[in-house]
Amino acid sequence: MTYLRGRSRRDFLTQCLAGAVACGAGPALKVSAEQSALPAKSRVVVARDPMLRGTGTAVDPRRVETLLDRAMQALFGGGHAAATSPESIVAAWRHVVGPNDTVSLKVNTLGGRGIATNIELVTAICERLQQAGVKPVNIVVWDRDTEEMERAGFRIAIGGDRVQCYGTDRVGYEDDLVAWGNIGSRLSKILTRSSSVLINLPVLKDHDGAGVTLALKNMYGTIHNPNKYHPNGCDPYIADLNMLPEIRSRMKLTICDATTAMYEGGPGFKPEHSWKANSLLVSEDPVALDYTGWQMIERKRAEMGLKTLEAEQRAPHYIATAADQDHRLGHCDPGRIVVVEA
Amino acid sequence: MKFNYPATENTMGASLDRRSFLKCALASGAALGTGALAEPGAAAPVASGASTQSDEQFTFEARFYEKLDSRKIRCKLCPRECIVGDKERGYCGVRENRGGTYYTLVHSRVCAAHVDPVEKKPLFHYLPGTTAFSIATAGCNVNCKFCQNWDISQSRPEEIPAEYISPHQAAEIARQYNCPTIAYTYSEPVVFAEYLMDTADAGHAAGVRSIVVSNGYMQHDALEQAYGKVDAVKIDLKAFADSFYAKVVTGQLKPVLETLVTLRKMGKWTEIVYLVIPTLNDDDTGFRGLAQWIKANLGPDVPLHFTQFHPEYLLRNLPITPVATLDRAKAIADAEGLHYVYIGNVPGHPAQNTYCPQCRNMLVERLGFTASKMLIRKDSTCPFCGHHIPGIWHV
Repeated sequence: MTYLRGRSRRDFLTQCLAGAVACGAGPALKVSAEQSALPAKSRVVVARDPMLRGTGTAVDPRRVETLLDRAMQALFGGGHAAATSPESIVAAWRHVVGPNDTVSLKVNTLGGRGIATNIELVTAICERLQQAGVKPVNIVVWDRDTEEMERAGFRIAIGGDRVQCYGTDRVGYEDDLVAWGNIGSRLSKILTRSSSVLINLPVLKDHDGAGVTLALKNMYGTIHNPNKYHPNGCDPYIADLNMLPEIRSRMKLTICDATTAMYEGGPGFKPEHSWKANSLLVSEDPVALDYTGWQMIERKRAEMGLKTLEAEQRAPHYIATAADQDHRLGHCDPGRIVVVEA
Repeated sequence: MKFNYPATENTMGASLDRRSFLKCALASGAALGTGALAEPGAAAPVASGASTQSDEQFTFEARFYEKLDSRKIRCKLCPRECIVGDKERGYCGVRENRGGTYYTLVHSRVCAAHVDPVEKKPLFHYLPGTTAFSIATAGCNVNCKFCQNWDISQSRPEEIPAEYISPHQAAEIARQYNCPTIAYTYSEPVVFAEYLMDTADAGHAAGVRSIVVSNGYMQHDALEQAYGKVDAVKIDLKAFADSFYAKVVTGQLKPVLETLVTLRKMGKWTEIVYLVIPTLNDDDTGFRGLAQWIKANLGPDVPLHFTQFHPEYLLRNLPITPVATLDRAKAIADAEGLHYVYIGNVPGHPAQNTYCPQCRNMLVERLGFTASKMLIRKDSTCPFCGHHIPGIWHV
């Protein structure tokens, strides 16, 4: 027999579901998957700071920290910059984490130093998590590959009492297969074993296949076989992947790094197609965030005289799929998205 | 430590542990480079790389692609024609664009190695009773929901342990173990085409032939170049319906049929396996269409194996194929005029033997994966009636 691993009854049923989907019995079974009620509307905070870099080219650590505080306050506190105080900032983070949580920060480093999740931003988030009571050793900054993270400028940290920072290659993927819809994958052990809370930290950028890569697409970095899920503009694969309970139940917040963004030529870094957007997008709803980020990219494309992604036949249809009746991962109807400028 | 080698092409057999693998490899006397295999990922991170593999030794520029603008490439290996941006990989997961140059990451990066009976591939008309030194790398260019070796076929190379085995070392190991053939199998040889080509060359120089077990999902030009030194091929024809290929395989039927025709034109000995999956590809119309197509395009003498499905990977909800279904498939193909229709994965079934299509006498008896009796004469004729039996029967 081919080598079989031990599987629980739940795993087996998941497998059966995937098998049934493959047989064409998908939609009915997919609807029966675990779903949580969506709020009537979702808030997406777009926080901007034109002076984020001061007079230089690098992001000012203090200003990005302030920008983050403003964004979190706007999302959870309902206030404005002037209303921020250390207590209100901690209170905002307490909506996401508690002192006993193990928190993983899924960054995006595929594009290299030019277009990876900003290190100053990650540092600020780690600082705030600790102020909210999370022990540093219970915070893991991670992506797929350690070397990629190093190339993007992250300093690898393993062991001790400090914040941890490494790639899935250092711990591997779970042996068991998880499945939903068209997805059958093994998950990063960082996600499954070191994350009671997942904070998603994508970068705002164009993607040659998917159209855009933001919150939902960043989860491709949690599985062992993302290369299998790029056909058809990644639709419905991205939506199916985000339906996995292991991801859906953990992802509490997305902070999309738009300090430097790309409107064309992604996902690799193309300096000629990047712009300093000096912004953060923050939301609990990854679908609403993706829709909002996509519109920002379209506006920039129009400004630069480029065709829309739809005209280029690479509109990110997976965002609508993520919001459909089979998935209900969030809202992509503009009427149900409240964009809060901060 | 258990090293997850796939057990067989199909479902039966024993897997090889790490010690056995190393013994097998080291017995050749060849230096195997890195030595110890990588430890599997642990729950806690390790300070140094979890793998002892050095990517550089396995990384060679790919031979089948074209460069595009903006540091993109178009892969010309399989019909997908993946357009791959800088720092990205193709669908197979084992080819990567680095600054506009496309690389294979799996040259000599062997993640599975066995000495198998050739009947296990299965090839029934090619050197029966011999063994093949059988090797694989990570990766595949489709994603069959019934894959039995998904651990390696659906993984990227850095995710699974592997050994460096150069083409010359592979040929030497085959000779040491008295294997007249090297088999490229288990995952999908299309994705390690460069390694296959170089190993087939090295094998031929050392008097060792090459056999390929493949899905046949390959571009015509790449096929002609890569299979130049290949001696025999087993093609997994997953179904005779486009819809099955689209939904269950994530591929297309037409290129596979074209591959079969090309292989015939190239004069490569070819056998076809059709895994019969309950409710998905087990209808009589499909069986009949398949048999008619084979007879019309390849001739009646191409061996066709209907094999039994066992639940695996993403199709664990379906039952094992009833033997009656396999019998029905064979009966249809027989009636359409194919001369050599076999039933596989059913130990003891009489349809795993070879019979003379003229006098009906049994010519090759098989027990499990062993050819227990082989009566075909050196001139490839039936000893009872003198009928020519197509195949390569003797070394």
